[in-house]
Amino acid sequence: MIKVYTEANNIISPLGFNTVENFQNVLKGKSGVQIIKNSGLSSEQISVSYINTNIDNAFSEIGDIEKYTRFEKLAILSINDVLQKTNLNIDKSKTLLILSTTKGNINLLDENLKHSFSKERLKLHTTAKIISDFFDFKDNPIVVSNACISGLAAVVLAQHLIKQGLYDNIIINGTDILSKFVVSGFQSFMSLSDKRCKPFDAERNGLNLGEASASIILTKEKQEIEVSEGSTSNDANHISGPSRTGEGLLLAIKNTIKDKKDIDFISAHGTATPYNDNMEAVAISRAGLANVPTNSLKAYFGHTLGAAGVLEIIISLEALKNNVLINTLTCDNLGVTEEINIIKETKEQKINNVLKLASGFGGGNAAVLFLKNE
Amino acid sequence: MNKLYINRHIKIKNNSVFIDGKKDFFNEEENLLAFLKSTYKNYGIKYAKFFKMDALSKLGFLASELALIDNNKDLLPEQTALIFANSSSSLNTDFKYQKTINDVPSPSVFVYTLPNIVIGEICIRNMFRGETMFFVQDNFDAKFMCNYTKNIFENTDTKQTLLAWIEVSENNEYHVDMYLVSEDKSEIELNEINIKNKFEL
Repeated sequence: MIKVYTEANNIISPLGFNTVENFQNVLKGKSGVQIIKNSGLSSEQISVSYINTNIDNAFSEIGDIEKYTRFEKLAILSINDVLQKTNLNIDKSKTLLILSTTKGNINLLDENLKHSFSKERLKLHTTAKIISDFFDFKDNPIVVSNACISGLAAVVLAQHLIKQGLYDNIIINGTDILSKFVVSGFQSFMSLSDKRCKPFDAERNGLNLGEASASIILTKEKQEIEVSEGSTSNDANHISGPSRTGEGLLLAIKNTIKDKKDIDFISAHGTATPYNDNMEAVAISRAGLANVPTNSLKAYFGHTLGAAGVLEIIISLEALKNNVLINTLTCDNLGVTEEINIIKETKEQKINNVLKLASGFGGGNAAVLFLKNE
Repeated sequence: MNKLYINRHIKIKNNSVFIDGKKDFFNEEENLLAFLKSTYKNYGIKYAKFFKMDALSKLGFLASELALIDNNKDLLPEQTALIFANSSSSLNTDFKYQKTINDVPSPSVFVYTLPNIVIGEICIRNMFRGETMFFVQDNFDAKFMCNYTKNIFENTDTKQTLLAWIEVSENNEYHVDMYLVSEDKSEIELNEINIKNKFEL
């Protein structure tokens, strides 16, 4: 029976260009979310996690800055870093790239953005192929686009493919960038907070959008952390609002943890919208996990959509390796209908597993459980 | 593992609906949304939410209604999986939404700028809560989709799957091939060749 493990990883966000920088900044309580004015994103002030570092400086060391879009550069930089850091022998003819994204190069639709890229670049599979070809991976990349659960769905998929014996190693990259398209959409839904978002807090009033690229290698070669189980499910309730009963998420959690009782740490989706956080609290409580230390990382990174699952998994795995419970940066007073155990202070504690959750538009839910090998 | 079979196949393209390979409906209407409405009416479907859906969701919804006719399996909500793919993601609606941005951005259009919304719509209609996945591929990858479907049956409680290629391009070119798959024996086993044969009809 093949088991699946996680190996090298990378995060590019406002908090750093590699995992160590990002994790250290999280431990220090730094947030990438800032109030900015950027006419390319919105005519109003917005509270977002925006990468304002010049990406081209870093990218020019590995590729032609004119040939790739901002989205592609971020993804390539992130994947490049994991390929540098990995201790695995990555055979490009036997390694698959999975791209997790919601909107890819959607900013190219903006007529105010001057660029010379063709319309083909709007196709997610075209973008993925360009990224994959940069690294000469032989097989066509796979694109998963399942809204906010894409990152976790990609891990579930990769786990299946490795267990089936189809690949020894799979690189998952999750990337989404800020665009007027996405910002205006969430504004129209009235779901953005004008301040730093407050997941699970009584005063939470919406989410912060963010951008990031995050990559992780899944492998069948034994490593410290194992991808134990994972599952996706649907609410069958509403396309843009979460179910009040948390039925779908509960199902994903049950299918993932099965009979396991001793869950040490939950990294929730925790977008800081009133409905999402309450739904999650209900599902966590119904699953019998109300006492498990739980966080949301959204006040650190914003909601990075297709990148969110991969990014938050990586931070959670660092927490697992370092035996530290990471706080929900901005939660002061719990404001959900179920008494769940939201981590308010980052602290050291021996942990052996982490359960990652995600939910999103289209009624999708996902859960993945990671175990630390002793 | 047990063998899987294609119990029903729906194809909608070129102004026609094909059920298990036989043309069942044709309407020469050139406007995509008008054609989809005529299909809805022809089959006497009653579902008010249909009218607020975008083209991709309408197309997928209609195919699922036809795929699931006479389907009386007594299954739990979590035992039906939906595994979909296309080439253009939600680009058809993305272009429509982009046009509203500088005026009044429309939340009811924006929500359809994700390809997996069609899966959500079908789940709501049928109370399906199983595994779901939306892939974006250059062309229909029958081998991969077939393999993944088998994988889902093997590794989860799934007893029935809607497997589909569902495409609406920026230029309103549309094409859905939807396969109802289960262990219930039929003449057509689920394999790459049979999927491809039906796809290329």
